[in-house]
Order: sequence, then structure tokens, then C-alpha cells
Amino acid sequence: MTIVDMQSEAFRRLGTKFKGNRIVGNGTDEDVLRRAGIEKADLFFAATQGDNRNIMGAQIAKHVFDVPQVIARIYDPIRADRYRQLGITTLCTTTIAAGLLRDLATTGDWGLSRDYSQDYLDMNV
Amino acid sequence: MYIIIVGGGNVGYYLSKTLASAGHEVLLLEKDRSRYRNLSEELGEMVMQGDGCQADLQQEAGFGRADVVVAVSGSDDDNLVVCQMAKMEFNVPRTITRVNSPNNESLFRKLGIDATVSATKIIYNLIEQEVGGGEVIPLAALNRGNIEIIDVEISTKSPVLHHEIKSLSLPPDALIISIIRDEHAILPTAETRFEAGDSVIALVNAEHEHALRDVFAEG
Repeated sequence: MTIVDMQSEAFRRLGTKFKGNRIVGNGTDEDVLRRAGIEKADLFFAATQGDNRNIMGAQIAKHVFDVPQVIARIYDPIRADRYRQLGITTLCTTTIAAGLLRDLATTGDWGLSRDYSQDYLDMNV
Repeated sequence: MYIIIVGGGNVGYYLSKTLASAGHEVLLLEKDRSRYRNLSEELGEMVMQGDGCQADLQQEAGFGRADVVVAVSGSDDDNLVVCQMAKMEFNVPRTITRVNSPNNESLFRKLGIDATVSATKIIYNLIEQEVGGGEVIPLAALNRGNIEIIDVEISTKSPVLHHEIKSLSLPPDALIISIIRDEHAILPTAETRFEAGDSVIALVNAEHEHALRDVFAEG
């Protein structure tokens, strides 16, 4: 596992137990991605705060480096839908959260078997 | 033509003014509200505030009837998505992006953008012509700088001396168009041999200029 971030301070949040690689650089730059070992990657996940950066990074992973599985987090539901049609697995956290909240509001249950929060506490990061 | 420009920085501002004064219908989209206010004071209704990547805003701005969409913001990812969405949603016939990182030119064409413009690349090509040196003399640039006409001097030590043109392994996108010998221009054939003192005039894609130089360089 390698994490790429523009800002080296961001890696502090990984805590001391994180054993993966850290690369400082722009995740939409082919040279930076090569340095991060994208040519051997089985999975690429773009999860920055910017939809367009995630879309661009994911397309580079898919079309330049032929990474087998490419996922992008996209806030805008329209863009999430259109790029899903182009073959990128898009995770639209906006519609997921809105859907869960709608279920909770209308049925009193949001249908999640668990919310994964304990996993993070257990990691003690 | 109806031309939509996305990004109201200096490039977008001057491009809008130039195209409008040439008689085109122009719409300039700017995301930032305070920048938008400054632009609209001067350009009036030609400017619209909003994020050019959003499908609903593209609808409102009339992307459906645009002849050209030009994305000139300072971030390449925004420019890419503006143009891709314009194609997917509204089938805009021609999309052009400014690329800030020259490496993105080929990527963006691969991803369906019709044309890319890299200021870095254009300036680099112009500077390289000034300082190119060696035995290759750049004579002119065609097609916005990516095709060059160069002049290569054949010295007595050149590896191609007395060789026929057909025996050279030229890089792709390179064409020998003339040889100047004793102040006469020759239109060469495959059998023409190089002599010391020849000036070889060639057309070459700027990317392959170095490779072409290597073919003629002294060993």
C-alpha cells in the first residue's frame, strides 16, 4: 500500500502504526504515480477532496497504466454517474449518506449492519 | 459561432474580449464570485458565475448549442472534466483545453479532448530554437510550434557521409525536403548521397528533433 498526498503533514494522521509507503506529490502527475509504483498496482483509489482530481487520477490509472481496479470518490452525483458509465467504479458518498439518512428518517432504521467506526478505534491511530 | 470559455483568469478574460470583438457570441464562465463581480463590471452579460463542470450549469449556459468550448483555468483536472462533460452531456463539436503541465497534452487527447494548448510547450519550443545549437539550425516552426523546419550541416565526420537517403533510419514524423549543395537546392530522391558541406533541410515533429539530430551527428 502506498499513499500519495500533496502535503507531507497529511501523513501525520496515519499514525505510527501505518507500515505502507508515503509519497509526497500530485496524484494526477504520471511521474509521481510511477514513483508510487502504479505500474505494479492491483488497485487504485482516488479519494482527494476534489472530484475532478479524482476523476483525472482514476482515468490516468485506467487508461495510461491499465490498473485492473480503479475507484474514485466523487461528491457530485451527476459526475459519479457519468464516469461510472465510462468504466470507473465511482463511490458517491453524497448519495450514499443521503440515502442512509432518508432510510433512517422514514423507517427508523438505516439498514447498516455496522458502521465501521469500531475498526478505526481498534487501530488506535 | 457560439463560444463558451470556462475560467476567467487572464487567459479567459483576454480570449473573451478578443473573440467577442471578432464578432463571435461569447460566454465566459467564472466560478469565483468576487472574480466574477470584477469581470462582469467590465464585460457585463458576457460573464456568468458558476462551476463549468456541473451538468445543470452547463445546461443553463447553453452548452447544447455551443460550437466550441474552451477550458482555460489554471488547473488541468478542472479543464479536463469541463470538456469531457461537455462532450458527454451535450455532444459539443469542438473542445479545447489549456494544459498547464505539458505532460498532459497527450493524455488529454487520449481522453477525448479535441485540441490542447500548452503555453509551457510553446515557449519551450521557441526558446529551444534560439539556443538549439549543435549542427542543427532551426529555420521555422509550423503548426503552433510542434513541427519544425531545420537545417543540418553535413560535416566530413558525419556518419551519413556518402550514404544514400534510403539507408538512414529516420525517426517518425521526419521528412528530408531538400539538400542545399554549392548554393543550389536539390530535390533529393531515395538514392541521393550526402556530401560534406551539404545543408539538409528537413521537416520534423519537435518531439523527434533530437532523434533526427542524432542521425546526422558526428560519432
